[in-house]
This record gives sequence, structure tokens and C-alpha cells, in this order.
Amino acid sequence: MTAPTSTRAGGPAASRSAPGRTRGEGAFRYLATGAGILVLVIMAAIAVFLVVEAVPALRANEGDFLTEVIWDPNGSHTFGIAALAFGTVLSSLLALVMAVPVAVGVALFISHYAPRRLAAALGYVIDLLAAVPSVVYGLWGIVFLVPFITGPEGFLNEYFGWIPLFAGESVAGRSMFTASVILAVMILPIIAAISREVFLQVPKSHEEAALALGATRWEMIRMAVLPFGRPGVISAAMLGLGRAMGETIAVALILPATFGISFQILTAQGNSIAANIANGFGEATPIGRGALIASGLVLFAITMVMNMAARLVVARRKEYSGAGA
Amino acid sequence: MTAIEEATPIQHVSPRRRLTDLVVRVLVYLAFAIAVVPLVAVLWMVISNGLARFDIEFLTHSMRNIGARDAGGGAYHAILGTLEQVALSSLISVPIGLLTAIYLVEYGRGTRLARSISFFVDVMTGVPSVVAGLFILAFWILALGMPFSGFAGALALSILMMPTVVRAAEEMLRLVPADLREAAYALGVPKWRTILKVVLPTALTGIVTGVMLAIARVAGETAPLLLTVFFTDSINEDPFNGPQMGLPLYVFDQAARPTDTAIDRAWAGALTLILIVMLLNLAARLIAWWRSPARSR
Amino acid sequence: MSKQITVSGLDAYYGSHKAIEDVSMTIEPRSVTAFIGPSGCGKSTFLRTLNRMHEVIPGARVEGKVLLDGVDLYGSGVEPVSVRRSIGMVFQRPNPFPTMSIYENVAAGLRLNRRMPRSQTDEVVEESLRGANLWNEVKDRLNKPGAGLSGGQQQRLCIARAIAVKPQVLLMDEPCSALDPISTLAIEDLITKLKQEYTIVIVTHNMQQAARISDRTAFFNLAAQGQPGKVIEMDVTTRMFTSPSEKATEDYITGRFG
Repeated sequence: MTAPTSTRAGGPAASRSAPGRTRGEGAFRYLATGAGILVLVIMAAIAVFLVVEAVPALRANEGDFLTEVIWDPNGSHTFGIAALAFGTVLSSLLALVMAVPVAVGVALFISHYAPRRLAAALGYVIDLLAAVPSVVYGLWGIVFLVPFITGPEGFLNEYFGWIPLFAGESVAGRSMFTASVILAVMILPIIAAISREVFLQVPKSHEEAALALGATRWEMIRMAVLPFGRPGVISAAMLGLGRAMGETIAVALILPATFGISFQILTAQGNSIAANIANGFGEATPIGRGALIASGLVLFAITMVMNMAARLVVARRKEYSGAGA
Repeated sequence: MTAIEEATPIQHVSPRRRLTDLVVRVLVYLAFAIAVVPLVAVLWMVISNGLARFDIEFLTHSMRNIGARDAGGGAYHAILGTLEQVALSSLISVPIGLLTAIYLVEYGRGTRLARSISFFVDVMTGVPSVVAGLFILAFWILALGMPFSGFAGALALSILMMPTVVRAAEEMLRLVPADLREAAYALGVPKWRTILKVVLPTALTGIVTGVMLAIARVAGETAPLLLTVFFTDSINEDPFNGPQMGLPLYVFDQAARPTDTAIDRAWAGALTLILIVMLLNLAARLIAWWRSPARSR
Repeated sequence: MSKQITVSGLDAYYGSHKAIEDVSMTIEPRSVTAFIGPSGCGKSTFLRTLNRMHEVIPGARVEGKVLLDGVDLYGSGVEPVSVRRSIGMVFQRPNPFPTMSIYENVAAGLRLNRRMPRSQTDEVVEESLRGANLWNEVKDRLNKPGAGLSGGQQQRLCIARAIAVKPQVLLMDEPCSALDPISTLAIEDLITKLKQEYTIVIVTHNMQQAARISDRTAFFNLAAQGQPGKVIEMDVTTRMFTSPSEKATEDYITGRFG
């Protein structure tokens, strides 16, 4: 017990008596440990300071923070998270519904359909696109997508208006639908990149087992690739969802910043927690700032739950493959 | 003809299966096309629209005394601000991130503290950038009463950068073979000198790649700057004093103005930003690529 | 159920590298044919050309003819997918699908082709597991993951999965190399039983194994590293192991190289 621990944790210096060396070792060790602890301190500080700065505003709130739809902390001191949280969740879920099937298709294309040389190059391109700053997508959205999208929106509204999601009197470029499309484009590369990685990790032996049974390419993918990759894809999707929820600038540029809860995604309404922070920060009074910080705290909590769930899925998968190996 | 087919020992694949296979193939190709079109369209529009104002004046002038409808003006103040903010945030997050990774790989392995740090590094990866900005606003500006400044922005950016640096460095340190460490120990080199002289140099190119990708990521962040750096149209060379500008912030600011000249400036700013981010990415990948043949030798 | 394979003038390549050259042989139905030879001599590659698994590897291709009862497997209009359906394969390492139960593993190939009623699937699964000498060990835990079985059981599960689709031929690529001696014995017994119904081709590194279970043996070798592998000699196993006609075969069998 003692021998392996000492070489691993203490290193040979621990048993050496020269004081200079031990001091250097000790100092470096404390420095490294201190940096690690600082990470914990920062995470705790994020939670603490957000709460501390949010409390005065929450005290001054005339409405119920969780259920109130109106956001007017500067004037009437009445504000609630309901409409904003609804907008955040709805736009992100819609983005996820649009992005995941396409991202899985892209990942399969790169891992199992494209010729190998081409696939490597395309993998790079996807990685580079994942690095495009979100404000650029926002700019593209406001200049190109907002005017362009009313066409497809009109089509959906006219022929699928009986679905509540696509209902509404008139369609608008600045809508939840547009925001979701932008978010989908933004999270697509990251979901595709992670899915591609897990698809490439599928053991050759499983693929060959399927092929040797006389499976077509799709049957092989369904039998060996998708079951193996599913936890990876799920956690990639959750990561994407977290990103979409936290995305600020692109959404702030597009959504009309209304307050209300409506499923009519094609009409001129919509908002999100992050967009509201970006739009409202400039004119905020001290109470207004506190209110925005409180909304940020809610966003932090939601995304943290998403990320922990994603981690759990990955951890469970490790157990499973551990049993298989 | 049919008689021959009946005699053959090989059964044909049923049309239904063949059709399914074909349909899926078409869908996969289609998915790729659907994904590439908007992504390439974004890049193309940035380049074609951005070139209109991507000139010397843009790169050397600020927006001071440029009215909302005026043409001209530039992003010098924003470019300067971004470079300073990103440099400062790297100075903060790289040492901390690197040391944390060293702790996780070399010292803390298997301990409870290391496990919880590792867990919270992952949680930190998922912190939305706007929340990082809010935290610095709450902590640095509201609680401590410090002014809006480039440094406050750098603090927010380093919160976003730190977990990426930790993960990249951790991965690279783990790749360093144990033999190498043991060889150094066998020569009587203390552990911390082994880490500094043997382990880190071996993992260096990989860490540099990871750090550059992390820098590229935060260079494009807008929301944290909005809450900590605030806005200015003038050149402010001092990142520790008074509002600054950042390139992403500049694009956001100009894009929200309803005039064509402002939109042109926004595109030019987006082009500059993408050039910076892509150059960082390409450099990172070149370093990684340059390293890989050396490793296999 | 069981067919004859005739190979003539077969070359196999990986990109520009020629892995095997000019292989011709006849593999008799209802018998076990063993391929022996040193590592890297192309015997596994050759085995994989028999059900067109070779071409799964990017850049791999084949020239020459492989006839299954007179039908050229590489003829135009013959799809690799249907070839593999008729010629089953068992791999070096047991590779049950990790996310599937024992039952689902055996039924995996069946479900590709046509929907059959549950009762019929149950029947085929039981029959295949019995055929693979595994039924008694797993009949109470058919819904447990296949990955939970021991290595030898997993390999028999893979054999059950392969015979469930009723192939004409069963190819085995060193099926015992990852197993302990007792599991190996179980697989060898199984092979002897299966040859009543199937044409079996087995690659093995173990010469005693080849001597114990095979009817005919082919010896593969290559002239030098980087050269393509060739069939040096093929004969009835007993004759091959007692009086080989080639010097190289004798040297290999008596353990002088390889």
C-alpha cells in the first residue's frame, strides 16, 4: 500500500532530505493544489455573488418572480422570469429539434459515407465553423435571415396553420422561429463534431459483425453504430441545448423583446433570459441590474442542470462499455 | 432467366431493404447539404459584405465624432480593446488552468479533491458566457465598486477560458508516457523539476494548440464584454481604466443601428473578427499537425 | 444447405500492396477445411475474400474468381450484402453486440430479412443456441446483455448468431485464439458437430487444432516480408501432417519456423 502511493503522490523528492529540494517541491505542490482549489472558489463565488446582488432587487419586487410575465424592474418594480424562461426553453428546444437530426446525418456522412480523404477535410471544416463567433451569426440573421424567412414562414402558416405552433394572424421575420433557426445553425457544428467522434469510436469488430450477417450499410449503422453512439449523441445534444439557452447576442439581435407566453412561433413576439440581459442592461437602474442578475441566476441553474444530466448520461455509458470490455 | 436465379445459392437482397438503404443514404447526403448551405452562406456573406469597408481607415480609426448616419469611421479602438482583453485573460487563465491540470494529473490523482475539481471544471465549461459577465458585474463592479474596464472584461473572459485550458492541458499531460517520468525519478530529479523540465516540454505543443483554440473561442464572445467593458466610441488604450470597446461588441453595436453605413461597418468588423479567430484556429491546427509526424517518428 | 467453394487464380490487394497471389483451391461441402501458416501470410485475408468482407477495408480489392456452387461471388450483379448473408463469419475476438441481449444478438440477422412472428423467432433462437451448444447455459437469461457472458460463451453466442440465418458456409477466423483451453475444447466439439450441416473453413495458428478438427488443410506462406502470400500445399489433413510433400510445410509443422 505505502510503496505505490509514495511514488505516485509524493514522488522521489518526498524521501529526499536536502531542504532546498523539498522546499521547491512543497511550494510547487501547493501552487498546483491552490490553482485547483481556486477553480472551486470561483464556482462558489459565481453562485454567491449572483445571489447577493440579486436579493435586494428580489426584495423590492412587487410581483412574483417565478410567475410574473411582465418585466419592468426600472419603473414599477414588477418583474418575473416566466415569459423569459419560457422563451429560452422554447427557442432552445426548437433549435435542438432542428439541429440534432441534421447533425447526426452530418456526423454519419463524415464517419461512414464520405470517402476517407474528403471526410478528414470536412471534419476540419465543421470544426472551423464551430469557431465562428455568435455575433457573426446574429449579424447574418438580422441582415439575411429575417427578411428571407418570411417566405417559408408564410408557407408554414398557410398550410400548417392548424398546428398551434404555426398558427397566428401574420408572420414576422423577427420571430421565435427565426431565432430557433439561428440557434440551430450555431449548435449544429458542435453536436455534429461530438457525434462524429463517437461514431468513429465504434469498434470495427461490431461493424464487421453486422456486415458479416449480411447487413446493408444502413442496417449496419442501425445495429452497431447508433446503439453504441446513442449516449454520446444524447450528451452532445444536451451540450448543444445548454449552448442554445445561454446564447445571447444572436438572439438579442433578432427577437423583438416582447413579454408574453405564446406558442405562436411565427408571429412577431419572443424573448429570452440572455437576450433580455443584453437588451436591458444599458438602461437598467440598480434594481433593474439586480433583476437582470436574478434572471442570470435562473439561467445558470437551468444550464447547470442540463450539463450535469449530460455528464450522468456519459458516466452511465462508461459503466456499460466497461462491463462489455 | 428466373430458373437460373432460383438455382443460385445466393439470395438477393429484398427490394424493401435496398430501398431503405438508398433512402437513408439520400437523407444523410441531404443532411450534409442542409448543414453546409447556411454555414457556407454565413462565411460568404461576411467576406463579400465585409470587404466593402475593410480598408485602412477602418483598421486605423475609431468611431469618435462619427454620427449614426455618417459614413467612415473604423474599429481601431475595438481591435485594440479585443487584443488587450484577450491577452490579459490569457495571462490570467493560462497559468491557473495549467497548474490546475498539473494538480489533476500529477498530484491529485484519485483524491476526493481532484474528483470534485474535475467535476466543477466540467460544470464551468457549461457556464453561459452571459452568466460569466454577470458574475464579474456582480463581484467586481457592483460589490467591489470597480469601474467598467477592459480588465473587468478580461476577468469574465478568463472564466470562460479556464476550463478549456484545464481540459486541453490535462489531456496532453496524460499522454506523456509514465516511463519518461520514471526515467527522471531514477536519475534523482525531484518531482516538481521533472514536471517542469520533462513532462511540460513533452506536452508543450499540444498545450499550446489547446490554449490557442481557447483564445479563439473567447475572442468572439460578446455578452460578457457588454456587461463588463461597456461601450465607447473612442480609443482607450488603458485596459484598467474606463470603458473600452471589443470587436464583437463593435459588431453588435453597429448591427443594432438601422443605417446602411453602420451595417457595412458591422460586416467589416465581423470579417476582421473571423479573420482573427480563423487565424488562431489555423495556427493551432498547424502546430498540432507539425507535431504529429514528429511524434510518430 | 452446404455448398462447395471453388477458387481460381485469386489475388487480393490492400491499395497497391498485394497481400495474396494466385490462390486456387476447392473447398468441399460438409467438411472442415483449415488454413495454417505463419503470421502475415494472408490466410485471414484470403478467408475474408470468401465472403467479400475483404473489401470493407478502404482501398482493398480482389482479382480472380470465387465460385459458390458455380456462381461467381465477384460476378456482376452479385451484391456483397447477399454474399455475406449466405456465407457466415465468426471472428477472432468474440463480438456480440454490446447493447443487445443474448436473444436479440441471435435474432439480429433474422430480423434483417423478413418480419417473422415472435413464436417463430423464438424457435430459431432456441434452435441456433442449441446448435451452438449454448442453450442450456443461457436459457434462463436470454434477456441479459450478451456482453455479460464469459469469453467462450460469447464466442458460441457469435456462432449461434451466424448459424441463425442458415448460411451455406461458415468462415471462422482464429475463433479460439482469445479463449482459454476449456472454452477452446467446447468450440472444437461444436465445429465437429456443425460440419454435419455446414461447409466450414477455419483459420488457425494452432496446428494441433488443425490436426484434431479438420479434414483438409491448406498451408500458406510468403517468400519474404512484403511479398504476397501463397498456398504452398493443400491436402487431406492426416497426410499433410504425416508426409507433407513440400519441405516448407514440413519445416513449419515440425516447428522449425513460424
